[in-house]
Amino acid sequence: MFGLNAKDTRLLLIVIGLVVFAPFLMNPFPTDSGLAQFNAGYPDLMQRFVIFGIFAIGFNILFGLTGYLSFGHAAFLGAGSYAAVWMLKLLTINVIPAILISTLVAGAFALLIGFISLRRSGIYFSILTLAFAQMAFALAASVLTPITGGETGLQTALNDPRILDGAASGTGNIPAPALFGLEMRDSWDWVVGGWSFTFNAGYYLAGLFMIGAFYLSILIFRSPFGLMLKAIKTNQTRLNYTGLNSRPYTLAAFVISGMYAGLAGGLMASMDPLAGAERMQWTASGEVVLMAILGGAGTLIGPVLGAGFIKYFENIFSKINDNVLHQWFAFMPDGIENFLVTILHPFVGKGWHLTLGLVFMLVVIFLPGGLVEGGQRIGRLFSRKKKTDDSPNADTKPAE
Amino acid sequence: MEAIVLQLLSGLDGGSAYALIALGLTLIFGTLGVVNFAHGALFMIGAFCTVTLQRILTLSHTVIDDTQKDFLGNPLKVQVPYIQDWFGEATSAAIIDWSVPLAIIFAIPVMLIIGIVMERGLIKHFYKRPHADQILVTFGLAIVLQEIIKAYYGANPIPAPAPDVFKGSFDFGQLLGFEANRIIYPYWRLVYFGFATIVIASVFAFLQFTTFGMVVRAGMADRETVGLLGIDIDKRFTMMFGLAACVAGLAGVMYTPINSPNYHMGMDFLVISFVVVVVGGMGSLPGAVLAGFVLGILQSFASMREVIEVLPGINQVVIYLAAIIILLTRPRGLLGKRGVMED
Repeated sequence: MFGLNAKDTRLLLIVIGLVVFAPFLMNPFPTDSGLAQFNAGYPDLMQRFVIFGIFAIGFNILFGLTGYLSFGHAAFLGAGSYAAVWMLKLLTINVIPAILISTLVAGAFALLIGFISLRRSGIYFSILTLAFAQMAFALAASVLTPITGGETGLQTALNDPRILDGAASGTGNIPAPALFGLEMRDSWDWVVGGWSFTFNAGYYLAGLFMIGAFYLSILIFRSPFGLMLKAIKTNQTRLNYTGLNSRPYTLAAFVISGMYAGLAGGLMASMDPLAGAERMQWTASGEVVLMAILGGAGTLIGPVLGAGFIKYFENIFSKINDNVLHQWFAFMPDGIENFLVTILHPFVGKGWHLTLGLVFMLVVIFLPGGLVEGGQRIGRLFSRKKKTDDSPNADTKPAE
Repeated sequence: MEAIVLQLLSGLDGGSAYALIALGLTLIFGTLGVVNFAHGALFMIGAFCTVTLQRILTLSHTVIDDTQKDFLGNPLKVQVPYIQDWFGEATSAAIIDWSVPLAIIFAIPVMLIIGIVMERGLIKHFYKRPHADQILVTFGLAIVLQEIIKAYYGANPIPAPAPDVFKGSFDFGQLLGFEANRIIYPYWRLVYFGFATIVIASVFAFLQFTTFGMVVRAGMADRETVGLLGIDIDKRFTMMFGLAACVAGLAGVMYTPINSPNYHMGMDFLVISFVVVVVGGMGSLPGAVLAGFVLGILQSFASMREVIEVLPGINQVVIYLAAIIILLTRPRGLLGKRGVMED
């Protein structure tokens, strides 16, 4: 189906299923139960899942296939965000031009940076991309303030020209980004029993783009072009000896992955018309590296898993505070309860970065293939068991 | 002319911090072949050694002082540092005043231990893994170290003042025959520059003039042959990792009066230090030092008002711009050798 083999089709269908039914899957607990804080089914977070999913898929096309580790990928995300907000300000509040232009702008930006950076490989390439991204960040925060809004960021205003829908009326509220009248922040709640499911317009638009992005990445992985990129990762020297110039291929991969980042930035600005320089900072670039590695670089589904994992824990872990911990351990004697809370305290709430760092280190040390490899190992464990004795009710929860 | 001398001087202290961190990074890379992204965190831990020592020195107990009364006429409770009980008032005040330089003595063993534990516990297992894995695991370690410091010391910068003797500024211009008050330079920055020079010189002397250093240099050139000669090169390289951690830590200790330590100072320096190392040439110790000072001075010149008026924003990007130009024109950096990190 869709020109893919059976395995890839299954993967694509799984992703489509996950995206479509995310409002249910992310809200497994009734709203008034004690576990409701583990629900992630609110629009803002779900939008971030898919948008960062796109970002990580794009990063994976570069890093996973060619092995070129870019430490400046957030620059393209930021450039895309700025382009999108400007389109919302100048052209129309409709998000379609914003998303298209942001992808193109990021692509052009990536072409420029890639053309220079790809002259070098290895750590030199990483440092070059890092230097470009830091330059973009520093300039966006200071000198380019008329274009970028400086440190306060760029946002839509009431008296924007918006030449296409001519809405420079100066009255009413600042219009929200919309798709032909359907506002991105529109949500529809469906309450069933104790559960409440939210269906958000922006989320489904971004989800649609993510499915498209994922499909495209499968096609790239399976194409001759993708094979060429894998050859570059495996042994670039040998590839050069066969008389092939690898630079056009790496540059194409760089631009494609920059366009993915731009698309993610454009979507981010479409959901919430605000773009700030901090989106370009190197910590943001580091985050997408974490996502791709944590999920499994070079695999199709890995980056999506990694993005979901990090964004989920960023939100859920940072919400857990001492009171919640006390509630959890309330059934224990006071001494043990306090002891456990003291031990866990540095790892939750504001300290969730510590947990992230530890998990990341453990993954790099023990599971270089990321969560995907972990899943495969568990799967192999059970399939081997099944051969010997048909183990009942195999617990196939994904590794976390 | 005065302005140029002033910028040259103020570039030196920023440059010496870059040079010290880059020197440590290059030591680790040259000996162990590991790209250590946690090196900035070591710099930060060094800075927090100062804070820790300060806290230890000012550990106090409460004493009821009958000679002082509060407004109700009750005797006042006074916090007395323990060291005051042991050494008397004047000495203890002097010790607390000099806590930053004293922290050097405190930081050396601490950083050595941290470095050796880090190498034996984690880095050792990554020699055979690709460079990307080394970058990633040390990047994770940097996050962890940073968060531990943040959990313990909080997110706000903690001031650590220089000794009173070094407060104020030195009129450097008069020394060179310029008008008074045209070129003034804080004493502590002068101290920092001098300190950095001493540390750098001693590292080079250690490598150049001791047997240990000779073995290490031989190991950097050809690890296998040195191993075949019956020398336990791994042990020496572990010591070099400890030494590199020490250099980074000392850079952090002495930097505290210039910039109050906070938990993310390491990351801020790390990015620039990597640029410095790459500009200097991966694996070249003199290159790292040279590039550190060159980039520090370049940055200071770029922050001159006259330059900013012509090229707005140049002070923010000059280091990266220089790095890009140097990497594209001299692919191995200023003093880099052929065949290092070119996979």
